[in-house]
Amino acid sequence: MRVTLATSANFIAGETSPILSLTGVSKSFPGVRALHDIAFNLEAGEVTALIGENGAGKSTIVKILTGIYAPDQGEIVVGGAVRHFASPRDSWAAGIAAIHQETVMFDELTVAENIFMGHMPGGRFINRGEMRRRGSQLLERIEADFDATAPLKQLSVAQKHMVEIARALSHEASVIIMDEPTAALSRTEIDDLFRIVAQLKSQGCAILFISHKFDEIFRIADSYICLRDGEMVGSGLIADASEADLVRQMVGRPIDQVFPKRDIAIGETVLEVEGLSNPTEFADISFSLRRGEILGFYGLVGAGRSEAAQCLFGMSRPTRGAVRLNGEPIVIESPGAAIAAGICYVPEDRQHQGAFLPMSIRENITLASIASHVKGVFLSRSSEREATRELGRRLDVRAASWEQTLGELSGGNQQKVVIAKWLAVRPKVIILDEPTKGIDVGSKAAVHDFIGELAEEGLAVMLISSELPEILGLADRVVVMHEGRIATTFSRGAWSAEAIVSAATGAERRA
Amino acid sequence: MSLLLRHRELALGLIIAAMVAGIGLYAPAFISAANIATVLNDTSILFMLVLAQMIVILTRGIDLSVAANLALSGMISASLAQHFPHLPVIAYIATGVAVGLALGLFNGGLIAGVGIPPIVVTLGTLAIFRGLIVVYGGGSQVNASEMGDVFQNFPNLTVLGLDAVFWIAAPLAIAFALFLNFTRTGRNFYALGGNPLAARYCGINIGRQLLLAYLVSGAVSGLCGYLWVARYGVAYSEIASGYELTVIAACVIGGVSIAGGVGTVPGALLGALFLGVIVNALPVMQVTPFWQMAISGAVILAAVVVNARVERRGGKLILPEARRSAGAAK
Repeated sequence: MRVTLATSANFIAGETSPILSLTGVSKSFPGVRALHDIAFNLEAGEVTALIGENGAGKSTIVKILTGIYAPDQGEIVVGGAVRHFASPRDSWAAGIAAIHQETVMFDELTVAENIFMGHMPGGRFINRGEMRRRGSQLLERIEADFDATAPLKQLSVAQKHMVEIARALSHEASVIIMDEPTAALSRTEIDDLFRIVAQLKSQGCAILFISHKFDEIFRIADSYICLRDGEMVGSGLIADASEADLVRQMVGRPIDQVFPKRDIAIGETVLEVEGLSNPTEFADISFSLRRGEILGFYGLVGAGRSEAAQCLFGMSRPTRGAVRLNGEPIVIESPGAAIAAGICYVPEDRQHQGAFLPMSIRENITLASIASHVKGVFLSRSSEREATRELGRRLDVRAASWEQTLGELSGGNQQKVVIAKWLAVRPKVIILDEPTKGIDVGSKAAVHDFIGELAEEGLAVMLISSELPEILGLADRVVVMHEGRIATTFSRGAWSAEAIVSAATGAERRA
Repeated sequence: MSLLLRHRELALGLIIAAMVAGIGLYAPAFISAANIATVLNDTSILFMLVLAQMIVILTRGIDLSVAANLALSGMISASLAQHFPHLPVIAYIATGVAVGLALGLFNGGLIAGVGIPPIVVTLGTLAIFRGLIVVYGGGSQVNASEMGDVFQNFPNLTVLGLDAVFWIAAPLAIAFALFLNFTRTGRNFYALGGNPLAARYCGINIGRQLLLAYLVSGAVSGLCGYLWVARYGVAYSEIASGYELTVIAACVIGGVSIAGGVGTVPGALLGALFLGVIVNALPVMQVTPFWQMAISGAVILAAVVVNARVERRGGKLILPEARRSAGAAK
């Protein structure tokens, strides 16, 4: 409490003593140096972007600031006093609050209960009236459009973020850490979040903002800190930096941000979809897809792209519409039927929707194509091993043996195995749902390369992506969806980023 | 030691061997061929029930109705023998299996078709099946003298020192091992339990797999219903009461994960053997039945604790040196 008042006063007085400063912070884990000699300040009323590739040490910093890890060396000074965080509670008490990417809260409880979990007003008995009143005040302060008595489970992801912000404010937090807060938000929700961030700034909070998206960093941040391999490789004011500068600092080498589009001969039509509709999610989806073609699907989050693709994959049944594969009409009743017909869907959340952690690499890779390994009644181990070796090598899966369980592999290698599983099916059409979501710049380039390779091999690729540069760089044509319908379709060369975005936001229709 | 932890079946086998040796020191008769045969014969029904339960648990389910199913199937099979004592034995066996299968279909329909959680469904059918025995038999029991010789003699038929009940369990275990390891449908059980959502994306028909699990569980319970009643010579509403917990305990001891997707046939069999040895040894050690239950319970908890520790130890292999020490790549 005292800390907050003091810093707010400093802020008003225009003094520049930082709210939080790290000096010489290092942290090692057995065999790994996670952070080395990190030093930075967070100033009142400033948004500082923390950038770096996956594995650069961003989350280690968050964990040190929130009291989950203790640093091996160095000190943390908050509000002029050196702090040692023995637990997350100490960090809370010092006025540091973190808002996580995946919100961790209690779905069955009310908004107010979530805000005050762990420090509810009242003594031995909870003072519910007081809790509601103070909860409403906090929500009012951030202009939330929901009630303190609402059950949390009725809220959208964006609204849950607001609850977390209210929770941070209830602790009088002066430092707020936002760990990829926009990952699951739509454009308007992101606008709302940024409005709140601006408000927190004006109230004198220091904000540490972690994001992979440069447009957000340039929009919201005042300064930045760049990490690479656990070391600070750059920092400064955002106003003095360009996107190319930041990328160079992150990867340590210039990366071609403009994706090299491969020159691929486009073949005959493979898939034709006509008027695919269901009552609540999408209507009149019509498009065709040819061999070697990459067809982008762009739209805001929640535009119905994934739902339409999942329907095409047999996860749900359309109420209307026809699908033709190689000119033959087909009815796709189940994912099994889709796979048999040569249509694969690589889900957005590859870890949760694709990985079988207790099973071996071999069993994971052959699972979707298991029918091809049946010899007589029984499965042929040698045939399975051969397929696993081939695909494992092709995707460069790093493992001690193919019989290792998937749970023992690192996240990146798990992802490779999940993709290998779908390639093992030898599909004609592959649907990739947000293939680069949440991965760093370096790995993104590898995924883009790989998508080009698939098209080159003659697959028809349906690429669902919310990242415009990705669509612009890779796709031959782009289907833009808005509120469950196809707004328009552009061909390569005949598009502009502005036209695509305005179609996706429905601006054209309204005009 | 790390080899033992990685191959839990081996560890469990050694523990059982040590236990048998220890009991043998105290009561040498325990390790005679005849007594070992007795242990195997007595545990055969448990072997079969544990294998069927394992398939259900692999799918993240549970079948609490196995013992009630066994009692009802056994009752109906025995009453067939009571009224028609001279049918070929296969008729009695088939009746038990058919009744068990029908009861399994009922469970499976509610779980896979209607989508009710397995624990709720089988808790309900446990009571229903037990209740039906009383309704069916009017509360009376079928005694050994009423069953006829054909019905009763078969499970105790001895070949190479082991009873028929063992000679049914052994090929069944081999069939289960082949099914789970070398068929598509068997593999799908592991996938379904390992990650149900991903299994759906892989084109696995989840409803069909779930139904099959409860059908297998029902049919095996029905088979064991006949064997149990014929072996112990009595059928009434309370036979094998609470035995479902023994079956589930054997699965847990054998390393079948209640979280689904993990379990092997040798592990499950050793889990059953472990309990079989304890149950047979405690009377030899002159431990009272009340202590027997407490000791079994303590052993189960110990097994779960060891299980949890083993799971925790299994970190990811990210460091190159860790990958190398885990085995040569490719």
